Amino acid sequence: MTLNDTLPNQTVVVHRHHATGMVRQRLMDLGIMPKAVITMVRSAPLGDPIEIRIDNSHVSLRRAEAAGIEVTQITLAEIR
Amino acid sequence: MTNKTPLIALSGQQNAGKSTLFNLLTGARQHIANYPGVTVDKKYGYFSYQNQSYQAVDLPGTYSLSSFSLEERVARDFLCVENPDLVINVVDAANLKRSLHLTVQLLEMECPTVLTLNMMDVADKQGIKIDTDCLSQRLSIPVVTTIGRKGEGREALYDIIQAHTVGKVVAAADTHRSSVRHQHLPYYPALAGAMAKLDAALFPLMTKITELPYHWLQLKLLENDTQITGKLAELLPEAELTSLSNMAKEQRALFEQQHETSINDYIAAQREAFVQSLLSAALTVTPHQGPTLSQQIDKLVLNRFLAPVFLILTVFLIYQLAIVQGYKLTNYTWPYLASLREWIAALLPEAGFLFDPYTRSLGLWIADSANTLLNYVPIFMILFALIAILEDSGYMARIAFVIDKVLHRFGLHGQSTLPMILSGVFAGGCAVPGIMATKGIPDHRARMATILTVPFMNCLAKVPLYTLLVGIFFEQDKALMMFYISTMTIIAALLVAKLLSVTVLRGEESAPFVIELPRYNLPTIRAVLTRSVERTWIYIKKVGTIVVAVSVIIFTLLQYPGLPDERTAFYQQRSEQAINRFNKAMNDNPYLELAQGEQLVSLMNYYNDFKRAKLNAKGAAASKAVNETFKQRDPGLFPFVKAPKGDKLAKKANRALRKLASARKSIRREIKEERLSHSLLGSIGRSLEPVTQFAGFDWKINVALLSSFAARESSVATLGVLFQQEDDQNTTLEERMGNQSNNLTSLTAVAMILFFALYPPCLATMIMVRVQTGQYRWMVLALVFPTALGLGVASAAYSLGLALNISGIAMMSGVYFTGLTLLLIVGLYPALRRKQHPTIQPISHDNHGAL
Repeated sequence: MTLNDTLPNQTVVVHRHHATGMVRQRLMDLGIMPKAVITMVRSAPLGDPIEIRIDNSHVSLRRAEAAGIEVTQITLAEIR
Repeated sequence: MTNKTPLIALSGQQNAGKSTLFNLLTGARQHIANYPGVTVDKKYGYFSYQNQSYQAVDLPGTYSLSSFSLEERVARDFLCVENPDLVINVVDAANLKRSLHLTVQLLEMECPTVLTLNMMDVADKQGIKIDTDCLSQRLSIPVVTTIGRKGEGREALYDIIQAHTVGKVVAAADTHRSSVRHQHLPYYPALAGAMAKLDAALFPLMTKITELPYHWLQLKLLENDTQITGKLAELLPEAELTSLSNMAKEQRALFEQQHETSINDYIAAQREAFVQSLLSAALTVTPHQGPTLSQQIDKLVLNRFLAPVFLILTVFLIYQLAIVQGYKLTNYTWPYLASLREWIAALLPEAGFLFDPYTRSLGLWIADSANTLLNYVPIFMILFALIAILEDSGYMARIAFVIDKVLHRFGLHGQSTLPMILSGVFAGGCAVPGIMATKGIPDHRARMATILTVPFMNCLAKVPLYTLLVGIFFEQDKALMMFYISTMTIIAALLVAKLLSVTVLRGEESAPFVIELPRYNLPTIRAVLTRSVERTWIYIKKVGTIVVAVSVIIFTLLQYPGLPDERTAFYQQRSEQAINRFNKAMNDNPYLELAQGEQLVSLMNYYNDFKRAKLNAKGAAASKAVNETFKQRDPGLFPFVKAPKGDKLAKKANRALRKLASARKSIRREIKEERLSHSLLGSIGRSLEPVTQFAGFDWKINVALLSSFAARESSVATLGVLFQQEDDQNTTLEERMGNQSNNLTSLTAVAMILFFALYPPCLATMIMVRVQTGQYRWMVLALVFPTALGLGVASAAYSLGLALNISGIAMMSGVYFTGLTLLLIVGLYPALRRKQHPTIQPISHDNHGAL
């Protein structure tokens, strides 16, 4: 599944990126790289973009970009 | 080292408090310039410590030092070429993991670095404990902790800076060839083979590439970094460069084959592993329960239903405080501007009976133009301060988050919000700082669209004309008209942005919307005031330079070629008749002696000055003071203007003088109007009539609109001059324009409002467009397109309204709802299409390619 498919309060692990170039770089700059743990916080009132929590910071990205990030679900036990 | 001033560079990610630290170091001694050839701000300043002065540069905030964004390329370039003596890497202590990537890259670039952990108080509160000694040891660089917001850590920074520049302590490990493993840098074992091969080819060439660090250069070549390839093209002969690039390409392909991942990703992963191992040793986190304050606020502010409420509340608040209260404030500042004008008037040569010396006319014209604009300064200061608060508190990012979807649909970007607010989204702003604020938009296409549509916003200067026209023609529907006007610009801006995106701007590069939502912060007063003053100063500079210059040109165009001789003679004759009447009325009046020949002109000016002073005086006490001043100025003439009690002759003199004064006034007005009509600008206005007649504009309106090109505010002033009437009474401009004999109907007013809303920005904005886009063609587009659009819409509205014989307000409603419908269609079209063809997947705008 991709980051775009996540629901609020769901926690996932990044598997890999499909984006290239500048988009990819930008996502990685903000810490969204393979094996990173992401929690989906909410989507904007109009449905797009979405807000995620990664480490200690909050990042907002459009669903189009989120659709390029492959993630896998994770249980709470695995996070600790 | 030599005696040159040590150069300190500040580098760090956005939201790390870098600028606050920069301000802490340099205080008030800072300037903004431009990096050569690009529109990125170069912020530099000076400070001194223990008798040594230093130069500091605040590099653009960057998340890393790749070559994708303009800011990163500029920062990188600066680090390589300018070779700062020390780099202060400012880092958000509560966000170490992500931040250290930049640190590592700085070390790989072999920059002498000092790691500055900022925002330590926040880290503390979140239960984050950092072992700075461990960090320092592992990275082999000094580590300092600061709390920039509270001003803590400045001394420590100064000490470190001094120690590592003047004190000549080396702050980074020496450079070696890649075969030596550096403990303090990430290790790339899988690249060993590739690097060895590259080594053989690259090392001999290093004599030509002295400014780039070796190890880093290898990595960049293997990463296929475009900026580096460009740089090497400058330094190496083509043959050598090609062989080098080919070898790098070979190695990349080989690596991907062997490891099933690209070199870039491998390097990033290794860096991440390095940072993680670093942090596992140096970082301990005791997570505390419960959401942080920022998260709690966001729950409220970004709630699905409350978010729009907060948004509207914010805009309303800005409007209330800045525009409404600001306007009240100008009531206190205007008298100072008025007295400045009087002071200038007193300095200039005196007015003649009919004709004034040019210096006087020009001087007063400039003073009046400048005053109208300077009057807005209090409003702008409040407006910009409020916007700075929005930015610094972190709420601005949330606004972008909430409305990005709407803006993106029309080709704009969530970060277009700030420029649009600055330019006056509802009623008040200035496009000049608005365009400057587009610097932050990473998406080039959206940035261009923003720059080209921001001038449609309701800048403060348009308001006087709107108020004038609404006051005359739409007294009953005032509220409705104002609502239309306020919101119409957004509709227009969005539609135009969409149009531009699919036509002219199609080829421009597009960028993702990936932004950090920073922690909420209490803005510091210092930062808010600085930003507010900075932006207001830009506005004042615009007034001082461009407006003054163009108003001089407009003045000239309005004066020449002047009245032909027979007309002058005609008016002279009339003035003589008026004077004769005066003399007759003053027969047997002792006061007549004081009003002979030359003295008559002085008397007239004295009288006019008196009247104006009385007008400006507020309250009984001030009025009395005016009497006193003028009595002292010339006791002999005083009875003329204010007859003492019981003195019948003085009263007669006073009346005769008043009659003469008003006759002079009306003659002068006629002269002015005639001169205007025959002036260059008037001729231009008249020559445009065939085109503008469809919009209902006669030459006078054309002239007013042309003159408002200098500064929007001039439109009302010019209209004031053009609509003079032969009248003893002092009617207001509204009454004069509303007079039916002038052929102005409510339809004309609608056409004027529409045209004014859409037509090109004032000259200052145009120049700013040129500066920000770097090309003249955009400036030309910004000029031609809105004019055509404005004229087209105005003409359509007027002609259609005339043909259908409907009132102005009805036409306005018609235009408004057409625009709104168009907006909704364009906005909702993709969604509608998807409903019809559910199999079509939403297409993203970025390059997707599975790895």
